[in-house]
Amino acid sequence: MRHVELADVTAAYGRTRVLDGVSFGVDRGQIVSLIGPSGSGKSTILRVLTGLLKPQAGQVRVGGEPVDFADRRRLRAMRARFAVVFQQFNLFQNMTALDNVSIAPIKVGGRPRREVEAEGAALLARVGLGGKLKAYPDELSGGQQQRVAIARALALRPEVLLLDEVTASLDPELVSEVLDTIRDLAAEGMTMLIVSHEMGFVRELSSKVVFMADGRVVEDGPPARIFDAPQERRTRDFVSKILRH
Amino acid sequence: MLDSLIAEAPRFFTYWNLKFLLEAALTTLALTAAGCVGGFALGFLMAALRRTEGAALWPLRALCLAVTETFRRVPFLVTLFLVFYLFEALKLGLDTFHVALAAVVVIAGAYIAEIVRAGFESVHQNQWDAAAAMNFGLATTLRHVVLPQAWKVILPPAFSFFILFIKDTALASQIGVVELTYAGKVLNNKGFSAVLTFGAVLALYFLMSYPLTRLGRHVEARLATRRTR
Amino acid sequence: MGYAINYEQVFPYLPYLIGGAWLSLQIAFLAFVGGAVLGLLGAFALSFGGPLLRGVTRAYVTFFTNTPQLVQIYFLFFALPEAGVLLSSQQAVLLGMTLNAGAYLTEIQRAGFSSVRAAEMEAAEVLGFTRLQQVRYVVLPHIARTLFPPLSNHYILMTLGTSMAAIFGVEELTGRALNVNSETFRSIEVFTMTAGLYILVTLVANVVLALAGRWLFRARMRLL
Repeated sequence: MRHVELADVTAAYGRTRVLDGVSFGVDRGQIVSLIGPSGSGKSTILRVLTGLLKPQAGQVRVGGEPVDFADRRRLRAMRARFAVVFQQFNLFQNMTALDNVSIAPIKVGGRPRREVEAEGAALLARVGLGGKLKAYPDELSGGQQQRVAIARALALRPEVLLLDEVTASLDPELVSEVLDTIRDLAAEGMTMLIVSHEMGFVRELSSKVVFMADGRVVEDGPPARIFDAPQERRTRDFVSKILRH
Repeated sequence: MLDSLIAEAPRFFTYWNLKFLLEAALTTLALTAAGCVGGFALGFLMAALRRTEGAALWPLRALCLAVTETFRRVPFLVTLFLVFYLFEALKLGLDTFHVALAAVVVIAGAYIAEIVRAGFESVHQNQWDAAAAMNFGLATTLRHVVLPQAWKVILPPAFSFFILFIKDTALASQIGVVELTYAGKVLNNKGFSAVLTFGAVLALYFLMSYPLTRLGRHVEARLATRRTR
Repeated sequence: MGYAINYEQVFPYLPYLIGGAWLSLQIAFLAFVGGAVLGLLGAFALSFGGPLLRGVTRAYVTFFTNTPQLVQIYFLFFALPEAGVLLSSQQAVLLGMTLNAGAYLTEIQRAGFSSVRAAEMEAAEVLGFTRLQQVRYVVLPHIARTLFPPLSNHYILMTLGTSMAAIFGVEELTGRALNVNSETFRSIEVFTMTAGLYILVTLVANVVLALAGRWLFRARMRLL
């Protein structure tokens, strides 16, 4: 049984169709990366999985169970299994780093504040921000904000971590640190779905790579095959263009 | 004309007349303050309810939208008469002050719902997204994420609106609420000079409204320079 | 309850009420035009006048925006006769509304003037426009586009404000509603119908003004 599975998912913003019959699966403990040109629908898949966008057709299954997007209680139950790190960080501007990390476990999870804050401080230390607990987002650099966002996602103790272009704004010397963190999580059995333009990162970490274009899956497979021996012309074009840089 | 005014002034500015006017001014303030507090509660509730998502709640959302749109398009005077006759038909036996208060609450609620809605919209969509992705309910999202960021946008226009109502409650005189304008009419009917009575009434309104206008501008300027939190 | 809603008696008065609504729009229009002219003078005085003119204008705006329009009209109607100036109730209402509108429209128009950015003027200067061309092609279109939305907004507010004229016996929409009420005693029916007419009139005015603003000045306005 796949941990997360999309079957023929179609979604649109207003009249613009952004996903056009997308199907692929993520196994438990697997790291799957979505690659493709901008506007190909990669980030939209993450929005569907967090319930921010309702698909028009098709099915999303988590742990074998189909998700009912109309049933808010069950949608919440699905959301609780995912945590997302956004491209634009989306940190709460009115809260310190520690509050950003602790608020959901306290207010949504109903866990005791002291325990959550101790854990939150440890998570922030783990992403290299042990000294910034009381800092507000507008006092942090973009890279620092993104690391707070990763800690915030981990604090939710998700089964599946969704990473939307997470390394795009990290300081270069901190990328490896974050990759190590993500590798640890993978070893702990965390399933991950990653959207990224960083091909080195994708190739090194992924168990499977899904190449998308125009809201469709063009091809998927192990990174070695997608990068070294792509079957489709569009994949070849994309890979050769991106590896030249 | 000036001579007759000077001659009449001591007869007009007696302890009793001044007490009458000041008490009426207090009624104006009480009606405005109570009306705006009630209106803020109603307006906030309506703006929040419009943010709900459950499919079953759509009649509630539609009602909030209808109230917000309707009462901003009906003159205060007409709403006042409508509420007045409605309460009369229901035989609730409320005095005119409370009838006027009900009208003010509904109208203020409609306008403040719009102000609060604009405040909600001023908070970036990514903040709402993050809260939703983390499974925050509407109440938690508003209380911990949206309001701490939106209050700066909501407060200045809400305050201006409050000041507006100090003046607009003058219309409550038409259903017999003894507020400042009504008091002016009473003294004028007693035969006092209209220049003195309405002059005094205008001066009292000005004394209530102007300092608050200045305060509002000061607060707005302060808020504009502060950071988010 | 004891009160049965019944529109049958009130319905025949609908054309009479619609006639009143038409009068409301006319009063609002007259006061608006007068107020806009006053406001234009006021805005010029505040932007380019000497200290005395600026002081007088500021005092006018401050006084009229901090006191109720109803009491302003009472003063004109009841107090001016003591100085030998006799106004009919209609004249007092119209004068009061115009003076009141003039104060608010001074503020709105002054804000519009000050919104012309120096950068745009410089750009026009660089392009080699003469002073007159700058005004014709840059300043006026810019001012029209920024001013039209708040001005039309104020016009809608003034349409609602005309209901005050009923207090002075003017037979506009609210005045006629009061007449119908005292003839039929179907108060709730009369005033809901009146409220409905105000909603209709302001909605139509909104749409018309928004369309006009979009076509004439490329102003960014929502239709509703």
